[in-house]
Amino acid sequence: MLDALTIAVAAAALALAAWCGYAAYRDQPTKDWHFIGMAVVSLLALAQLVTGIVQLARGERPEQGMTIFIAYLAGAFLAVPAAGFLSLSERTRWGSVTVAAGAVVLAVLEVRLYDIWGS
Amino acid sequence: MTDTDTTQATAGDEKRPFDLGTGPGRVLVWFYGVFTVAAASRSIVQMILDFDRAPLAYVLSAVAAVVYGFITYSLVRGGERARRTALVCCAAELVGVLVVGTWTLVEPSAFADATVWSYCGRDYLFIPVILPVTGMMWLRRARTA
Repeated sequence: MLDALTIAVAAAALALAAWCGYAAYRDQPTKDWHFIGMAVVSLLALAQLVTGIVQLARGERPEQGMTIFIAYLAGAFLAVPAAGFLSLSERTRWGSVTVAAGAVVLAVLEVRLYDIWGS
Repeated sequence: MTDTDTTQATAGDEKRPFDLGTGPGRVLVWFYGVFTVAAASRSIVQMILDFDRAPLAYVLSAVAAVVYGFITYSLVRGGERARRTALVCCAAELVGVLVVGTWTLVEPSAFADATVWSYCGRDYLFIPVILPVTGMMWLRRARTA
Protein backbone atom coordinates (compact mmCIF):
# COMPACT_ATOMS: atom_id res chain seq x y z
CA MET A 1 0.00 0.00 0.00
CA LEU A 2 1.00 3.58 -0.47
CA ASP A 3 2.03 4.60 3.03
CA ALA A 4 1.61 8.28 2.22
CA LEU A 5 -2.02 7.73 1.23
CA THR A 6 -2.74 5.67 4.36
CA ILE A 7 -1.28 8.42 6.54
CA ALA A 8 -3.19 11.10 4.61
CA VAL A 9 -6.52 9.29 5.08
CA ALA A 10 -5.85 8.72 8.78
CA ALA A 11 -4.80 12.35 9.36
CA ALA A 12 -7.79 13.70 7.42
CA ALA A 13 -10.11 11.39 9.38
CA LEU A 14 -8.72 12.58 12.71
CA ALA A 15 -9.08 16.21 11.61
CA LEU A 16 -12.70 15.54 10.63
CA ALA A 17 -13.28 13.85 13.99
CA ALA A 18 -11.88 16.87 15.84
CA TRP A 19 -13.92 19.28 13.72
CA CYS A 20 -17.21 17.42 14.23
CA GLY A 21 -16.36 16.81 17.87
CA TYR A 22 -15.98 20.58 18.26
CA ALA A 23 -19.37 21.11 16.57
CA ALA A 24 -20.92 18.62 19.02
CA TYR A 25 -19.22 20.42 21.91
CA ARG A 26 -20.80 23.68 20.74
CA ASP A 27 -24.19 21.90 20.49
CA GLN A 28 -24.38 22.20 16.72
CA PRO A 29 -25.53 19.71 14.04
CA THR A 30 -23.38 18.93 11.01
CA LYS A 31 -23.54 21.69 8.42
CA ASP A 32 -22.68 22.04 4.72
CA TRP A 33 -19.03 22.65 5.47
CA HIS A 34 -18.87 19.47 7.49
CA PHE A 35 -20.38 17.52 4.60
CA ILE A 36 -17.75 18.98 2.27
CA GLY A 37 -15.14 17.77 4.76
CA MET A 38 -16.74 14.31 4.79
CA ALA A 39 -16.68 14.32 0.98
CA VAL A 40 -12.94 15.11 0.98
CA VAL A 41 -12.20 12.30 3.44
CA SER A 42 -14.41 9.91 1.46
CA LEU A 43 -12.60 10.82 -1.78
CA LEU A 44 -9.26 10.06 -0.12
CA ALA A 45 -10.65 6.72 1.05
CA LEU A 46 -11.92 6.04 -2.48
CA ALA A 47 -8.46 6.81 -3.88
CA GLN A 48 -7.07 4.33 -1.37
CA LEU A 49 -9.63 1.70 -2.40
CA VAL A 50 -8.68 2.11 -6.08
CA THR A 51 -4.95 2.07 -5.28
CA GLY A 52 -5.38 -1.09 -3.21
CA ILE A 53 -7.27 -2.87 -5.99
CA VAL A 54 -4.72 -1.78 -8.61
CA GLN A 55 -1.89 -3.10 -6.46
CA LEU A 56 -3.70 -6.41 -5.99
CA ALA A 57 -4.27 -6.59 -9.75
CA ARG A 58 -0.55 -6.03 -10.33
CA GLY A 59 0.17 -9.13 -8.29
CA GLU A 60 1.27 -7.56 -5.01
CA ARG A 61 -0.10 -9.37 -2.00
CA PRO A 62 -0.93 -8.15 1.53
CA GLU A 63 0.90 -9.91 4.35
CA GLN A 64 -2.13 -11.02 6.34
CA GLY A 65 -4.37 -12.24 3.54
CA MET A 66 -6.27 -10.80 0.64
CA THR A 67 -9.84 -11.33 1.92
CA ILE A 68 -9.19 -9.40 5.12
CA PHE A 69 -7.42 -6.65 3.19
CA ILE A 70 -10.34 -6.17 0.79
CA ALA A 71 -12.85 -6.27 3.65
CA TYR A 72 -10.98 -3.51 5.51
CA LEU A 73 -10.56 -1.44 2.32
CA ALA A 74 -14.31 -1.59 1.72
CA GLY A 75 -15.04 -0.84 5.37
CA ALA A 76 -12.70 2.15 5.33
CA PHE A 77 -14.40 3.52 2.23
CA LEU A 78 -17.91 3.14 3.70
CA ALA A 79 -17.28 4.34 7.27
CA VAL A 80 -17.57 8.12 6.82
CA PRO A 81 -20.39 8.13 4.17
CA ALA A 82 -22.48 5.83 6.39
CA ALA A 83 -21.98 8.10 9.42
CA GLY A 84 -22.77 11.10 7.19
CA PHE A 85 -26.12 9.62 6.18
CA LEU A 86 -26.99 8.97 9.81
CA SER A 87 -26.18 12.58 10.68
CA LEU A 88 -28.34 13.88 7.78
CA SER A 89 -31.53 12.83 9.57
CA GLU A 90 -30.23 13.69 13.04
CA ARG A 91 -30.14 17.47 13.12
CA THR A 92 -28.79 17.76 16.67
CA ARG A 93 -25.36 17.66 18.25
CA TRP A 94 -25.66 13.86 18.25
CA GLY A 95 -25.41 13.86 14.48
CA SER A 96 -22.02 15.55 14.88
CA VAL A 97 -20.98 12.99 17.51
CA THR A 98 -21.90 10.20 15.08
CA VAL A 99 -19.71 11.63 12.31
CA ALA A 100 -16.84 12.18 14.76
CA ALA A 101 -17.18 8.54 15.87
CA GLY A 102 -17.26 7.41 12.24
CA ALA A 103 -14.06 9.32 11.50
CA VAL A 104 -12.31 7.78 14.53
CA VAL A 105 -13.38 4.32 13.33
CA LEU A 106 -11.86 5.16 9.92
CA ALA A 107 -8.56 6.19 11.54
CA VAL A 108 -8.46 2.88 13.43
CA LEU A 109 -9.21 0.98 10.21
CA GLU A 110 -6.24 2.76 8.57
CA VAL A 111 -3.91 1.51 11.30
CA ARG A 112 -5.24 -2.01 10.77
CA LEU A 113 -4.87 -1.67 6.97
CA TYR A 114 -1.25 -0.66 7.45
CA ASP A 115 -0.65 -3.78 9.57
CA ILE A 116 -2.49 -6.07 7.17
CA TRP A 117 -0.53 -4.90 4.15
CA GLY A 118 2.80 -5.28 5.94
CA SER A 119 6.00 -3.68 4.80
CA MET B 1 -17.10 9.02 22.25
CA THR B 2 -19.78 7.37 24.29
CA ASP B 3 -18.89 9.03 27.57
CA THR B 4 -20.70 12.16 26.43
CA ASP B 5 -23.95 10.18 26.43
CA THR B 6 -24.76 11.23 29.95
CA THR B 7 -25.39 14.85 29.00
CA GLN B 8 -28.95 15.99 28.49
CA ALA B 9 -30.67 15.28 25.20
CA THR B 10 -32.26 18.33 23.63
CA ALA B 11 -35.83 18.99 24.68
CA GLY B 12 -37.22 18.38 21.20
CA ASP B 13 -36.29 14.71 21.33
CA GLU B 14 -38.32 14.00 24.41
CA LYS B 15 -41.70 14.39 22.71
CA ARG B 16 -41.57 11.01 20.97
CA PRO B 17 -40.92 8.62 23.83
CA PHE B 18 -40.37 5.51 21.73
CA ASP B 19 -37.80 6.76 19.27
CA LEU B 20 -34.74 4.85 20.37
CA GLY B 21 -32.57 5.72 17.38
CA THR B 22 -32.50 9.51 17.67
CA GLY B 23 -30.41 11.83 19.80
CA PRO B 24 -27.74 9.90 21.73
CA GLY B 25 -29.38 6.75 20.37
CA ARG B 26 -28.14 7.71 16.91
CA VAL B 27 -24.55 7.30 18.10
CA LEU B 28 -25.47 3.86 19.49
CA VAL B 29 -27.06 2.89 16.15
CA TRP B 30 -23.78 3.78 14.48
CA PHE B 31 -21.60 1.76 16.87
CA TYR B 32 -23.92 -1.24 16.91
CA GLY B 33 -24.07 -1.13 13.11
CA VAL B 34 -20.28 -1.06 12.86
CA PHE B 35 -19.93 -3.98 15.28
CA THR B 36 -22.60 -5.99 13.46
CA VAL B 37 -20.63 -5.62 10.24
CA ALA B 38 -17.28 -6.25 11.96
CA ALA B 39 -18.36 -9.38 13.85
CA ALA B 40 -20.41 -10.77 10.95
CA SER B 41 -17.73 -10.32 8.29
CA ARG B 42 -15.08 -11.64 10.64
CA SER B 43 -17.00 -14.83 11.45
CA ILE B 44 -18.12 -15.41 7.85
CA VAL B 45 -14.56 -15.05 6.49
CA GLN B 46 -13.10 -17.28 9.20
CA MET B 47 -15.81 -19.93 8.84
CA ILE B 48 -15.36 -20.13 5.09
CA LEU B 49 -11.57 -20.11 5.13
CA ASP B 50 -10.81 -22.46 8.00
CA PHE B 51 -13.73 -23.53 10.17
CA ASP B 52 -11.97 -26.48 11.81
CA ARG B 53 -9.18 -24.38 13.28
CA ALA B 54 -11.32 -22.83 16.03
CA PRO B 55 -15.00 -23.76 15.60
CA LEU B 56 -16.03 -22.47 19.05
CA ALA B 57 -14.40 -19.06 18.55
CA TYR B 58 -15.96 -18.62 15.10
CA VAL B 59 -19.42 -19.68 16.24
CA LEU B 60 -19.11 -17.21 19.15
CA SER B 61 -18.25 -14.41 16.73
CA ALA B 62 -21.30 -15.33 14.67
CA VAL B 63 -23.53 -15.30 17.79
CA ALA B 64 -22.10 -11.88 18.73
CA ALA B 65 -22.90 -10.63 15.23
CA VAL B 66 -26.52 -11.81 15.52
CA VAL B 67 -26.91 -10.12 18.92
CA TYR B 68 -25.41 -6.85 17.61
CA GLY B 69 -27.60 -7.00 14.52
CA PHE B 70 -30.72 -7.52 16.58
CA ILE B 71 -29.93 -4.59 18.89
CA THR B 72 -29.27 -2.35 15.87
CA TYR B 73 -32.62 -3.35 14.40
CA SER B 74 -34.43 -2.75 17.72
CA LEU B 75 -32.87 0.71 18.12
CA VAL B 76 -33.93 1.72 14.62
CA ARG B 77 -37.41 0.26 15.00
CA GLY B 78 -38.23 1.80 18.39
CA GLY B 79 -41.27 1.13 20.58
CA GLU B 80 -41.67 -0.46 23.97
CA ARG B 81 -41.26 -4.07 22.84
CA ALA B 82 -38.11 -3.29 20.88
CA ARG B 83 -36.81 -1.40 23.90
CA ARG B 84 -37.33 -4.40 26.19
CA THR B 85 -35.84 -6.96 23.82
CA ALA B 86 -32.88 -4.67 23.18
CA LEU B 87 -32.40 -4.36 26.94
CA VAL B 88 -32.33 -8.17 27.25
CA CYS B 89 -29.89 -8.42 24.34
CA CYS B 90 -27.59 -5.78 25.86
CA ALA B 91 -27.57 -7.75 29.12
CA ALA B 92 -26.80 -10.97 27.22
CA GLU B 93 -24.04 -9.14 25.37
CA LEU B 94 -22.53 -7.88 28.62
CA VAL B 95 -22.65 -11.37 30.14
CA GLY B 96 -21.12 -12.81 26.96
CA VAL B 97 -18.24 -10.35 26.83
CA LEU B 98 -17.50 -10.75 30.56
CA VAL B 99 -17.65 -14.57 30.50
CA VAL B 100 -15.58 -14.93 27.33
CA GLY B 101 -13.26 -12.15 28.49
CA THR B 102 -12.59 -13.75 31.87
CA TRP B 103 -12.28 -17.18 30.26
CA THR B 104 -9.59 -15.99 27.84
CA LEU B 105 -7.76 -14.20 30.66
CA VAL B 106 -7.74 -17.27 32.93
CA GLU B 107 -7.02 -19.79 30.22
CA PRO B 108 -5.67 -18.20 27.02
CA SER B 109 -5.57 -21.58 25.30
CA ALA B 110 -9.33 -22.09 25.61
CA PHE B 111 -9.95 -20.57 22.18
CA ALA B 112 -7.72 -21.45 19.27
CA ASP B 113 -8.39 -18.06 17.69
CA ALA B 114 -9.52 -14.68 19.00
CA THR B 115 -13.15 -13.52 18.94
CA VAL B 116 -14.63 -10.03 19.24
CA TRP B 117 -15.14 -10.76 22.93
CA SER B 118 -11.68 -12.16 23.76
CA TYR B 119 -9.87 -10.30 26.57
CA CYS B 120 -13.04 -8.22 27.07
CA GLY B 121 -12.74 -6.76 23.58
CA ARG B 122 -9.14 -5.58 23.95
CA ASP B 123 -8.55 -5.80 20.20
CA TYR B 124 -11.52 -3.50 19.68
CA LEU B 125 -10.48 -0.73 22.10
CA PHE B 126 -12.70 -2.30 24.81
CA ILE B 127 -15.76 -0.97 22.99
CA PRO B 128 -17.49 -4.40 23.32
CA VAL B 129 -17.58 -3.83 27.11
CA ILE B 130 -18.50 -0.15 27.02
CA LEU B 131 -21.24 -0.54 24.42
CA PRO B 132 -23.74 -2.75 26.35
CA VAL B 133 -23.39 -0.56 29.46
CA THR B 134 -24.10 2.70 27.59
CA GLY B 135 -26.78 0.85 25.63
CA MET B 136 -28.60 -0.20 28.79
CA MET B 137 -28.25 3.30 30.26
CA TRP B 138 -29.80 4.82 27.14
CA LEU B 139 -32.59 2.24 26.96
CA ARG B 140 -33.51 2.85 30.61
CA ARG B 141 -33.53 6.62 30.10
CA ALA B 142 -35.61 6.29 26.95
CA ARG B 143 -38.46 4.79 28.98
CA THR B 144 -38.72 7.74 31.36
CA ALA B 145 -38.28 10.34 28.62
